[in-house]
Amino acid sequence: MAEPLVAVRGLSKSFGGLRATDRVDLDVEDGETHAIIGPNGAGKTTLIGQLAGDLRPDAGTTRFAGQDVTSLDAPARSRLGLARSFQITSIFPDFSALDNVALAVQAHSGSSFRFWRPARAERELREPALAVLDGVGLGARADVLAATLAHGEQRQLEIAMALATRPRLLLLDEPVAGMGLEETQRMVRLLSTLKRRLTIVLVEHDMDAVFTLADRISVMVYGRIIATGSPEGVRSNAEVRRAYLGEGTPP
Amino acid sequence: MAISRRAIVLAAGAVLLALVPPVAGLLNQPFYVDLFRRMMIFAIAALSLDLILGYGGMVSFGHAAYLGIGAYAVGILAFYGVDNGFLQWSVAVAASAVAALVIGAISIRTSGVYFIMITLAFTQMLYYLGISLETYGGDNGMPLRTRSQFAGLVDLRNPSAFYYLVLALLVLFLVLGRRLVDARFGRVIRAARSNEPRARAIGFSPFRYKLAAFVLAGGACGLAGALLANQTEYLTPDFMHWTRSGEIMFMVILGGMGTLFGPVLGAVVLLGLEDVLSALTEHWQIILGPFLVVVVLFAKRGLFGLVEGEVPRDG
Amino acid sequence: MLLVLEQALNGLQYGVMLFLMAAGLTLVFGIMNLVNLAHGSLYMVGAYLATALARWTGSFVLGGLLALPATLLVGVVVEVVALRTLYERDHLDQVLATFGLILFFNELVAIVWGRAAIYTSLPPSLSGSFVLLPGLRYPTYRALVIGVGVAAAVFLYVLVTSTRLGMLIRAGASNRTMVAALGVNIRWLYTLVFGLGAALAGLAGLMAGPIYAVQPGMGEQILIQVFVVIIIGGIGSIRGAVAGALVVGMVDTLGRAFLRPTLSTIVSPAAADKAGPALASMLIYLMMAAVLFFRPQGLFPTRGR
Ligand SMILES: Nc1ncnc2c1ncn2[C@@H]1O[C@H](COP(=O)(O)OP(=O)(O)OP(=O)(O)O)[C@@H](O)[C@H]1O
Ligand SMILES: [Mg+2]
Repeated sequence: MAEPLVAVRGLSKSFGGLRATDRVDLDVEDGETHAIIGPNGAGKTTLIGQLAGDLRPDAGTTRFAGQDVTSLDAPARSRLGLARSFQITSIFPDFSALDNVALAVQAHSGSSFRFWRPARAERELREPALAVLDGVGLGARADVLAATLAHGEQRQLEIAMALATRPRLLLLDEPVAGMGLEETQRMVRLLSTLKRRLTIVLVEHDMDAVFTLADRISVMVYGRIIATGSPEGVRSNAEVRRAYLGEGTPP
Repeated sequence: MAISRRAIVLAAGAVLLALVPPVAGLLNQPFYVDLFRRMMIFAIAALSLDLILGYGGMVSFGHAAYLGIGAYAVGILAFYGVDNGFLQWSVAVAASAVAALVIGAISIRTSGVYFIMITLAFTQMLYYLGISLETYGGDNGMPLRTRSQFAGLVDLRNPSAFYYLVLALLVLFLVLGRRLVDARFGRVIRAARSNEPRARAIGFSPFRYKLAAFVLAGGACGLAGALLANQTEYLTPDFMHWTRSGEIMFMVILGGMGTLFGPVLGAVVLLGLEDVLSALTEHWQIILGPFLVVVVLFAKRGLFGLVEGEVPRDG
Repeated sequence: MLLVLEQALNGLQYGVMLFLMAAGLTLVFGIMNLVNLAHGSLYMVGAYLATALARWTGSFVLGGLLALPATLLVGVVVEVVALRTLYERDHLDQVLATFGLILFFNELVAIVWGRAAIYTSLPPSLSGSFVLLPGLRYPTYRALVIGVGVAAAVFLYVLVTSTRLGMLIRAGASNRTMVAALGVNIRWLYTLVFGLGAALAGLAGLMAGPIYAVQPGMGEQILIQVFVVIIIGGIGSIRGAVAGALVVGMVDTLGRAFLRPTLSTIVSPAAADKAGPALASMLIYLMMAAVLFFRPQGLFPTRGR
């Protein structure tokens, strides 16, 4: 079998005395949608942060696309094809929706040490950005200030920014959190179209979304991955139920 | 359309400023040429600070350092008989840019309140350096031997010629600034100010862009320093005093930070106000201080924000 | 050797004053997240009030004892009138508004006491010197400053580690919402902490009177050195303030005393005469740059901030 797209070994991170991630091993196969579920405070966001390169691990290694990326920071990993969304919506609020996406395009096309030509007039930024915005269903909102978009639209915009970097791997931290039913459905539909083209790591509490999208699921509790398997397997795993539903504490 | 409105404001402002020397001549008040030239020199300094403060989000409390370095570059070269303005001003810009490179490389790695204190501390260091340069007048400073010479192209001893040169430079910087903040480079530093983790996540390493902006701003302010040395025909460590940094920063806020005309307006209003107040009382700072507090508390968007009637729209 | 010891004591004395300033500044920043440039103004106000009250009462000690609560009061008034609204603002606003306060205070003392420096004369009992070691006499007053400063540091330590107020201060530094949840009136706590900082600055200022010139702007000279202390020590940390203050006090004092003679053994005396003072006044800033280069968070970083 080919090497997995992401191979994590022994990844750990402590905040003070608290082990947010504790010797995590994780393989994400090329092309799969891999969900990570677990109770609040399990360390899911910390793991995403470590995968994205925002948090330096205390120990452990991360390989991505056959390369050891452990010592690379977030911008460097982005250039290798890793993109993320944040649990708490993270956009450029004082830029228009289109400019948010155009900035992501810009980061991956040529030098930004250009001082004279207005970036808005650059077709090689504008056109791909518009295409991506259309793709996530925000085409009509291109010129709206990002801060004034609805919450669901801002989450879509975040996905659009991630896509505009033309990633191989998408790290999504609770993409449907805080959304209404309709918005959730729209997001899940969007993600199902993406899932055919990309590898996705999906952290999510919404179990409907998880079971609709995931090919495999890992369960994280107290900083450790306690089980990985197919959706059916995880659904029926007694230890998972106990840990996740809080029916007792794991050893 | 926004662009044409900006162009109109720029043209109108330039025409108004261009009228100052003839009007002052008519009124027989040559003093005003001097005052407005001084305002424009500080406008250039404030504009350069706004690039890193308003657009780049870097609260540098040490911008006066570059003013001082630029002025001293001119003064020291003149002291040794080098009067060529092209050379003097190039050295002024280069020296300030190098200082900004060093200070920026150390301070930009930090953030928030550290950044403020570090930039302030380095400026203070340069201030003490200026004080201890006995050869160049130490504490008291020294007169500029002669104004910069430009091979007969412009004669800075002619107040109007000097005035129009400063005006031309100011307009040039406004145009360059406009291009820069709308170009790729400007968008990166604005994005990093708006949301740095996001900028990193999409693949920008903000450090190098911020440092580049810091160096550009330092160099531009160095040129303002070279102008200031010619303006006052005297140089003193006071150019680098930390209160000067505060004053330049206040010009930016007063006019409206994150806009290009704002700092210009701020420089004109603040220096104008100082001029009026200091004619009223020797203790004018007792009025200026609380005025500053009030502006910060109640008019954060600055005068330009009030005039424009809209938030300066980014992106 | 004795000369080195004497200068080291002077360094300690200066370090003690820097600590008194740094402690207040760092507490106010750690708890209220306020960058207070006007902290130096409180130092200046302390110095002026002590001098004026000493003249008025005819007693140096009484002047000092009265100046302390008076500075505290000034601090409380400043907090309530101007600074309170700044806690929620960003650092830029805080810096500018407190810069405005500095202009105000410097001009105010210039109006009341003039721009020229004024000097305090010490009572005979304090103006002499005593034999510290055979062959080394040390000024009584400077020794007193060291003693008072150390006592204040101990007082602060006890206050922070073993009183209810200290518990709140420590909790407030790490978790604001938690303190609020304890049902403590956070406004009152803030005012109290600010007053404490003001009193410490005032104490430094009133002790500075007989040693340095009392004049408008004196606060900012020390303030910027205090920033260096805090940058070196790590912001928000009292331990860092102690370490930073001692390091800066020593390096600055010893540098001024010995850099020139040391240089003159390496380069020509004339060159040393030129470079010595310049280098000495830049020394602590260069040291700050070095510390930042190796430890961007300072020597004693506080966690999570
Ligand atoms: N920067 C930080 N400093 C200190 N503690 C942190 C930090 N980030 C996370 N933690 C702690 O680490 C643990 C794991 O947090 P994390 O955010 O990774 O959990 P999570 O699984 O994403 O939870 P949720 O489902 O609520 O988003 C939590 O106890 C959290 O309080
Ligand atoms: Mg999370």
